[in-house]
Amino acid sequence: MYSKPKTLSPHQTGQSYSARCLYGVAFACMTLALSCHAEEQVLEISIQNHAFSTDALEAPAGQKFKLRVKNLDSTPEEFDSDDLHREKLVPAGKEILINLGPLKAGSYAFKGDFHPKTAHGTLIVH
Amino acid sequence: MLASAIIVFREVLEAALIIGLVLVATKGIAGRGRWVMLGIGGGCAGAGLLAYFAENLASLAEGTGQELFNAAVLLVAVSMLGWHQIWMARNARSAREAFQALGRSIHAGEKTLRGLALVVGAALLREGSEAILFLYGIAASESRSSVRDMVAGGLGGLGLGAVCGAALYFGLLRISPRYLFAVTGTLIGLLAGSMASQAAGLLAQADWLPTLADPLWDTSGVLTRGSPLGQLLHILIGYDDRPTGIALLAYGITVGLIFGLGRAVQRRATRLT
Repeated sequence: MYSKPKTLSPHQTGQSYSARCLYGVAFACMTLALSCHAEEQVLEISIQNHAFSTDALEAPAGQKFKLRVKNLDSTPEEFDSDDLHREKLVPAGKEILINLGPLKAGSYAFKGDFHPKTAHGTLIVH
Repeated sequence: MLASAIIVFREVLEAALIIGLVLVATKGIAGRGRWVMLGIGGGCAGAGLLAYFAENLASLAEGTGQELFNAAVLLVAVSMLGWHQIWMARNARSAREAFQALGRSIHAGEKTLRGLALVVGAALLREGSEAILFLYGIAASESRSSVRDMVAGGLGGLGLGAVCGAALYFGLLRISPRYLFAVTGTLIGLLAGSMASQAAGLLAQADWLPTLADPLWDTSGVLTRGSPLGQLLHILIGYDDRPTGIALLAYGITVGLIFGLGRAVQRRATRLT
């Protein structure tokens, strides 16, 4: 009976220690993620009159980067690419950020799913 | 008109096929019509709300609100499908008994119906909101004649989707009852895998999960995901011409868990009698 609280307490401190470890790891991950984000390149593209502003989008191979898509139209569009495995709504007059990469060298087609005839482009990775 | 019909059709196809499959899987359970209708009604209402709040959702969680919300909706549907599958394994010791078991346990059947109604609602919620946003875009920007075209196209796409759902339903019902539950069970397990891999893809897009290998392999030369057959297989069994590692991992874990647990439950139920 007397030893019961004694056996309990190291267990409890162990738990809080592992919790503290977890927090530490989470914090390290967060700072790592933040520092990675800071270095990431951001490519820009806009949509106007249901078409993309450029078809000559280029990105480096083997690196994470972001694509900022600005929708200048007054109607929503959906950025869609089977090649890139991405599908994301771009509300009217708004912009979105899409996480991409690391990608292998090659060309990746994308389109505006709501206006596929006019809104399409290619991302060249090299 | 044709363009909007195709776009609406693509958005509603997934929901239509899921409704068809759920109707076959719940055949013989009392009150299935009511629950499936409830799922459809709730899903449509939710799709309207989601379309209305799309802008707000997009800006949540540092711009990853869409991905996280859709992934959560998909994962709810996956767990309901898995739960139904395991419930079926416990209640129907053999395929032959399945119909009788379902007829007997009306009360228990109601539970799995609720889950599957949620699956139907979830599918309509995600795909329906996109169709609404697309149609709203046309209605807001273009001339009156093109609005008439849009309504015709939208209804045409919706109708075509419904035809595909009905084709799956009646096609499956032609299968002999002896194998029917094995077939629908397999389809439901693979559908859950497909949804889980979609959810994993969205979480990778939000940078919550690593992509792992991208792509693992490339079969776009054989069958592209964008083709009609590729799209059908993508919805039903999760076909992807260039799958990522994380999508395949999520698919494997889900399908493995559902079939593995289903078999274990069934074996135990058989041993008990």
